[in-house]
Amino acid sequence: MSAPAVEKLTAPGWRDTWKHIRYVATDNPVTLGAFGLFGFFLLLALFGPWIAPYDPLMSDTTVALKPPSAAHWFGTDSLGRDILSRIIVAAQLDFGIAVSAVFASFFLGSALGCLAGFYGGWSDRIIGRIADTIMAFPLFVLAMGIVAALGNSVANIILATAIINLPFYIRVSRTEVNVRRNAGYVEAARLAGNSDVRILALHLFPNVLPPMMVQISLNMGWAILNAAGLSFIGLGVRPPQAEWGIMVAEGATYIISGEWWIALFPGATLMLVVFTFNLLGDGLRDILDPRTRT
Amino acid sequence: MSGEAPLLSVKDYSLEFRTRSGTVHALEDVCIEVAKGETVGIVGESGSGKSVLSFGILRILDAAAEVKSGSISFAGMDMLGAKESALQQVRGREIAMIFQNPRTALNPIRKIGKQIEDVLRTHTSTLQSDLKRKAIECLAQVRIADPERRYSAYPFELSGGQCQRVMIALSLACNPSLLIADEPTTGLDVTTQAAIMELVSELARARNMATILITHDLALASEYCDRIVVMHAGHVVESASTATLFAQPRHPYTARLIASTPSPEVDIDSLSSIPGNLPDLRRNDLPKCRFHARCDRAVAQCAVQALPEVTFESGHRVRCFNPL
Amino acid sequence: MTPNLLDIVDLKKHFPIGRRSLLHAVDEVSFEIARGESVGLVGESGCGKSTLVRLVTRMIDPTAGDIIFSGRNIGFIPARKFAETQFRPKIQMVFQDPTDSLNPRFTAFDTIAEPLRLLAGVKDRATLTEQVFNAARQTGLPEELLMRFPHQLSGGQKARVGIARAIALRPELLILDEPTAALDVSVQATILKLLAELRETLGMSYLFVSHDLNVVRMLCDRVIVMYLGKVVEQGPTEAVFRHPAHPYTAGLIRAIPSIGGRPEEREVLAGEARSPVDPDPRVCRLFGRCPKQVDRCRTEGPALREVGERHQVACHFPQVASAA
Repeated sequence: MSAPAVEKLTAPGWRDTWKHIRYVATDNPVTLGAFGLFGFFLLLALFGPWIAPYDPLMSDTTVALKPPSAAHWFGTDSLGRDILSRIIVAAQLDFGIAVSAVFASFFLGSALGCLAGFYGGWSDRIIGRIADTIMAFPLFVLAMGIVAALGNSVANIILATAIINLPFYIRVSRTEVNVRRNAGYVEAARLAGNSDVRILALHLFPNVLPPMMVQISLNMGWAILNAAGLSFIGLGVRPPQAEWGIMVAEGATYIISGEWWIALFPGATLMLVVFTFNLLGDGLRDILDPRTRT
Repeated sequence: MSGEAPLLSVKDYSLEFRTRSGTVHALEDVCIEVAKGETVGIVGESGSGKSVLSFGILRILDAAAEVKSGSISFAGMDMLGAKESALQQVRGREIAMIFQNPRTALNPIRKIGKQIEDVLRTHTSTLQSDLKRKAIECLAQVRIADPERRYSAYPFELSGGQCQRVMIALSLACNPSLLIADEPTTGLDVTTQAAIMELVSELARARNMATILITHDLALASEYCDRIVVMHAGHVVESASTATLFAQPRHPYTARLIASTPSPEVDIDSLSSIPGNLPDLRRNDLPKCRFHARCDRAVAQCAVQALPEVTFESGHRVRCFNPL
Repeated sequence: MTPNLLDIVDLKKHFPIGRRSLLHAVDEVSFEIARGESVGLVGESGCGKSTLVRLVTRMIDPTAGDIIFSGRNIGFIPARKFAETQFRPKIQMVFQDPTDSLNPRFTAFDTIAEPLRLLAGVKDRATLTEQVFNAARQTGLPEELLMRFPHQLSGGQKARVGIARAIALRPELLILDEPTAALDVSVQATILKLLAELRETLGMSYLFVSHDLNVVRMLCDRVIVMYLGKVVEQGPTEAVFRHPAHPYTAGLIRAIPSIGGRPEEREVLAGEARSPVDPDPRVCRLFGRCPKQVDRCRTEGPALREVGERHQVACHFPQVASAA
């Protein structure tokens, strides 16, 4: 009674998963580049303090405002601190802020969105209004307001960034769950004895995740920009902490006098990091979607 | 058939698709002929290439499609060599097409009356002032009840059957000489199907319009087509007049297909099935006969030698080394 | 204590539309399914069979009426709580579209194992594997395929996964919602035979929903015909198909294409169905399309009455067998 002439394929295992990742990465060279850069920045964030050639906080006014040279690849700032070291160490802070904010936002937002999309009715209305309220504000202004009200600290930057990113996750997960809510496999899951919570968590959410991966990745880039922006205007990370936004702010005043390197290098790093995250999103989604596995 | 040249002639048409996972050999050496006013059924299962063929005839294939060989001639015009501007004169005006899912084939945010007017405006010389009247006339011809009111309806207000009638109205607005109907009744209720098929065949008869009916439903094809072409995995395996095909199918696939179709006389134990699956069309080592692996009459040549074309009486053609 | 497995008594499901109207999806439907019996449910879109299925599987709650399973009234158990009762494993379903009904992120193994883990409380990995393998073997699904994802399986293989999942718990009542509609005809026969065999081996009753009357004829002992929420005819399959008493059933059977059939001789049911919203109970649901209608059909809604052995019709002018 068995189906005849079945192709003898081995069951997919870890080797196939790795092959799949390699395929996705190499299929599109841009994705490969993005993965590479991301890996690089990740290493920087993890091991920054040990890699940095100089102490980022140590000031030495004798070498202040020196242009890029063999001793200081990215030059020094007004207090004689090595810019390269400060950039490397700032990676940890900025990444930390971005990851915390985005994941807080992601978990809360997608939980709310899933509930709204699954149950509809009042929960949908209330959650929708919460999202709308947040979106009614120019987001950066809202972040400024939150930090200004609660005080300058890294924790508050994370909180503000998380809040302003909530609506995206709420909306994306709500729509994705709504579309899949009546799918055959959801009904089949009910017949198999799943409760609503199990259906949401085990059946719907894993299928909703791939479309959200792009969102998460883009968000990481924005979160870093947001943190840098807040610090740039003085709300957020305080000197002498090394943070890309603060460094750009510090360097801005020196551009006119010709010390271009103080703002340029942190700015270029910011740009590269955001770029990497944007490209990463597509690649991540391809990896997670079992349908691109063949 | 009279000695007249056929209206549509597809000869040795081969088509490939370049995809991320390889080249799909979608069609190979397909030959089809449709005479003026004739109804030809193209029957096959999913993956047989029947829809791809119809898109190929109209040259509306995906950019990844590559014609490897063959020719398509319609009313004397070389379809494969023609320029896009010439093809646009043909599509919708000389050759019309109706699709499987009528609701999605219509523009959901445009009233159906306006959609019919679009076709009339593009392809005919109807005066602006006359458009609405003609559109309502088209609706009446496809037997939509209350056409004046339905003129202002949106597709979502209509049932599946009514949407299909609107599609038929759209395609017949310019009196084409060939109508390609790609699974026009799949997804419709059986009573609606009967009404739609009756409508199409009556209109085709009245206008002496040739029709290509693409379907997976053998019984449907048997009732409405003069001739039937059976396709499998991108090949035309058999073509014959309807009566001859069912009286004596010559290709093993055709015979098995007929035996797998439930009908009132057949009981479950005598219902046949076809073992195996379609071959992966991305392979470069496909056997010459793509039914080879699933065929119980396969002989040694089937996999390796180019398929012959065997002709039986009255134009009954089979591509097989061991026909029934 | 009734010997029937399932008794449906005057079941109603009305959906509110807007503020004051009600859509009568299922209206006073009554029928029984005996143990080991296979009952077909036919009807076209809008007849209420999907709603009826969801009521029987307890996905939704009835507006009124009784659903009695093995003598116990399960209609009173709210749908939300049904999964916690002992009845959930006894009533299972095979879905129409195998692609849609399998979670794309679950392997075939996970899909089949889930009901075993959740409803049969099988925790031990070894027992679970054995039972999943059992179910797979019974549906002819090779064990190597169990670790694959749905998109790596063919249509027929996915259908088997869906069936394995449904029978893993040895249900007493299996509802099959168009189980072969999405499959090619070459695969259909194998699945249908599998279903016939499983019913014998596992002693299940079937509620077989299908629009394909030929398939219903093959697999079902009795058939129920629904139209616009009401049962218009029910009886032994052969009796209903050979001598349809209700004009709608007759129209439905006439509309089925058959190999060698002649469409010209067919009298098509004209017009569109009446609205299921706030229907007038005095008017027969087929009024407006019925070839036999008279004034009485508008003033007195027909009730189901016997016209033969266990053969019931809701019509004032049923076609009686002797007159055929």
